[in-house]
Amino acid sequence: MSQQQMKPLMRETASQTAGPYVHIGLAPRAAGFEIFENNFGSVLTNEKTRGERIRIEGRVFDGIGTVLKDVLIEIWQANAEGKYAHPADQQPGKALDENFRGWGRSCTDFDSGVYTFDTIKPGVVTGRNGRFMAPHINVWVVARGINLGLNTRLYFSDEAEANKKDAVLNIIEWEARRATLVAQREDKGGQVVYRFDIRLQGDGETVFFDV
Amino acid sequence: MSRTPAPDAEYMMRDTTSHPAALTPAYKTSVLRSPRLALISLQNSLSEVTAPVFRPEEFGSLDNDLIMNAAKDGLPIGERILVHGYVQDQLGRPVKNALVEVWQCNASGRYRHKKDQYIGALDPNFGGCGRMLTDENGYYAYRTIRPGPYPWRNRVNDWRPAHIHYAVSGSGWVQRLITQMYFEGDPLIATCPIVQIIPSEEQIRGLIALQDRSAFVQLDSRAYRFDIVLRGQRATLFENAVHGAPK
Repeated sequence: MSQQQMKPLMRETASQTAGPYVHIGLAPRAAGFEIFENNFGSVLTNEKTRGERIRIEGRVFDGIGTVLKDVLIEIWQANAEGKYAHPADQQPGKALDENFRGWGRSCTDFDSGVYTFDTIKPGVVTGRNGRFMAPHINVWVVARGINLGLNTRLYFSDEAEANKKDAVLNIIEWEARRATLVAQREDKGGQVVYRFDIRLQGDGETVFFDV
Repeated sequence: MSRTPAPDAEYMMRDTTSHPAALTPAYKTSVLRSPRLALISLQNSLSEVTAPVFRPEEFGSLDNDLIMNAAKDGLPIGERILVHGYVQDQLGRPVKNALVEVWQCNASGRYRHKKDQYIGALDPNFGGCGRMLTDENGYYAYRTIRPGPYPWRNRVNDWRPAHIHYAVSGSGWVQRLITQMYFEGDPLIATCPIVQIIPSEEQIRGLIALQDRSAFVQLDSRAYRFDIVLRGQRATLFENAVHGAPK
């Protein structure tokens, strides 16, 4: 390809905060009205989805420990076999689950500040160049006061052995910070709940990634 | 050798100078909501280069028509406009099937949201949200009512320029972007802390939609053009892995 044909690299469009009314666009029911027939939400499963049913539950804190009530969180994850429902995932021998897209969004509650997702525990996805990655869920956090969406990952407390070998957790030089990415498994009246609190700043600040 | 990337190729490193910093004291809410520790740099794996895939049948026929999608017993009040443009990546390739979601206040500057207490009147016929997928060329279009400016609690008399919020989901999770579109000629752009924390004039210009005379609808609406650039995916010209080596 000749130099003349190459287009100059464009700059990514500048990010702006999602603002306090992000619910209108992304979760209109939370804003207080019905508009779409099909709403994107926090339940990723239907009755036919394969895999262990789990609930993820947590809160988001600011730099002085205030519980934030205007945050929107999205998750993106592989299915129970460790396969993403996307054409780039060509991992051999893993099947798609037509009852699982692997994506959801949830708002922190206006009163309690709690967000929840109902999903399944993902399987193992092979990392770049064959590196091992423990089961994990990708998490994206936006809100008023956040100028560029924050990316993090959720790992599982009952996967301690796998977490020790995880390629991503191991690049976090400060071992004490790795714990901020591990959701704690609890049994709540027969329901498996993983607690995952996110601290934007200060003591116990969650690890965020430049992806 | 081609510059067409493999589907699972990595995305180009994010140029952080294209965006506002996390901590921007002029926008007060950022002070306690910005991480203090450095972000950990992550080489893309399948987790970062994949993203949810959406199907046209998930969307209703009025989802991208903000003039009609919440109309109850009449039309919403305000200036009718069409907004359209292209979603492309940094190399100018169209981002097909991207999810574009938009939200805004009404012509009075009031949001249909239970937490908005502004004195500007609600419009019973206007919701203020829409969504659509880009086509094969990365093109999207919707029609709406031009939003009004409104005051907000930052400094005592700060006003937001008229704007429409955008959330875009492309073909890779790392392309996810939230931004705001402004309107050409709005004098509030120059004094808005949320706009002015963007570190370059060039990047601010990228958020200002230009009036597009060619797309005016006769006897109906004016039009604005707003293009969006998402992260580019790298073509891997030389692999680090050794292929075809004797086993």
